[in-house]
Amino acid sequence: MAFNIYDLTSFNQSIDKFLYDNLPSFWAMIVEMTIIGVAFLLFYAVIGLFLVYAERKVCAFIQNRVGPNRVGPYGIFQTIADFIKLLMKEIIPIRKADQFLFNLAPFIVIIASFMAIAAIPFGLGLHAIDLNIGIFYVMAVSSLGVIGVLLAGWSSNNKYSLIGAMRSGAQIVSYELSVGLSMVTIVVLAGSMQLSEIVEAQRNGWFIFTGHVPAFIAFIIFMIASTAETNRGPFDLAEAESELTAGFHTEYSGIKFAFFFLAEYMNMFIVASIATTLFWGGWMPLHIGGWEGFNHVMDIIPPFFWYMGKTLVVIFLMMWFKWTFPRLRIDQLLKLEWKYLLPVNLFNLILMALVVLMKWHF
Amino acid sequence: MTGNQIMFIVFSAMIVIFSILTVTSRRILRAATFLLFVLISTSGLYFMLNFQFLAAVQLTLYAGGIVVLIIFSILLTSHIDEKFESAALLKKVYGAIASILGAVLVINTLINYTFVPSTEAAKDINMNLIGNSLISWGEQGYALPFELISILLLAAMIAAIVVAKKIKTN
Repeated sequence: MAFNIYDLTSFNQSIDKFLYDNLPSFWAMIVEMTIIGVAFLLFYAVIGLFLVYAERKVCAFIQNRVGPNRVGPYGIFQTIADFIKLLMKEIIPIRKADQFLFNLAPFIVIIASFMAIAAIPFGLGLHAIDLNIGIFYVMAVSSLGVIGVLLAGWSSNNKYSLIGAMRSGAQIVSYELSVGLSMVTIVVLAGSMQLSEIVEAQRNGWFIFTGHVPAFIAFIIFMIASTAETNRGPFDLAEAESELTAGFHTEYSGIKFAFFFLAEYMNMFIVASIATTLFWGGWMPLHIGGWEGFNHVMDIIPPFFWYMGKTLVVIFLMMWFKWTFPRLRIDQLLKLEWKYLLPVNLFNLILMALVVLMKWHF
Repeated sequence: MTGNQIMFIVFSAMIVIFSILTVTSRRILRAATFLLFVLISTSGLYFMLNFQFLAAVQLTLYAGGIVVLIIFSILLTSHIDEKFESAALLKKVYGAIASILGAVLVINTLINYTFVPSTEAAKDINMNLIGNSLISWGEQGYALPFELISILLLAAMIAAIVVAKKIKTN
């Protein structure tokens, strides 16, 4: 079993062959699905815990504080302690709520983000399903998350929850357009919707560099719109704590609240992953044409670390947004989308089509 | 039984059960949620058949678009305590008869129709093929329906704006 950190394809194939040789094919498939599922669950939990810690530290540094510093060195075990606390907390039943929908909502939110993560390429051979409509699939399943938010707001039987859910609905439905159109701009450049092909097309230069102005505009629009889609500040109207206590998840406690919390951070991770894959070359190392020595040095770093590094930079950008800009009002939010982002985006798409047709890109 | 068959049975059982729950539930938002499950299971069937494009369209348009709009309008108009009144017995009987007749008709047609298995190799349905046939006017082109639908959509959008627009009285 050859383990090559630069290309895990052969490693995966040897596991696949081992299972199919020793088990009937139906059970081999079940075992494979279970392995992948458990791997993703572990990844999900680790990333969730890490991102919560990172957010608190970044927020603290931006506000000139120290942040968590008691549990473990630099407070790195703080989120684990918090998580144990959340697990042990009482789950408060709401008597006048719609019990079925109230309990269902956190699962819809978390399943939507879990489905999206399956199609993301983490490295060569680290790609659970490579659908030929990859990017469209990610968009389709991540649009399901808003249903969980809407259900949670309505079934809580609380006016703050309801207002939060309605704001979040209006916000996500309108910003989804911008996210989709900025993705389409890059699909025009790549000529494919398959995520592995999009990454492969960036072998000799990331799209943010080769795509000239339209790719850069698309990246900025994608960052704005996807920050809004994940309900993060400055677009966190759905849970604006100063006006709506906690918005749609006011009535949730214990592990159900933890689900919403975790799903928010995972959505941020997924959005950053898509930004990395579409604009920053996915797991491709940084190559500069002609600089042979430099390119070889860059190749030493394994693809997975390239991928995680770029994703974390994008996540840092999003955290920076959150703690720098003040929250928008709902009318400002809708005006920004419908009057500015959408027309710019449509124009940008035509510009990109022109660039591709005239072969102005590198 | 192969894995494919088990998956088919699971998906179709979900479709049937949730369809029945959608029309029998007396709370409107629950009905909308069950409808969502029906649509998601249908897209699961498409994924099973490897027709990924249609599956993703089903998810974005129906589950992510239409159901969200339905839920949104329920949020704006109805309260959590509201329940539908149980339908009158006569209406229930008529409804049952109509649905049984419909089911008999469909199942009868399906059983009597002889499906000829195609020997043609499965086509690789990729986005390039779909995109090209949408805007071509040749043998397998859909340019005319595509443009007609876009005119219809434009008309609907303008109509929505006209309806929603406030008329200044003074």
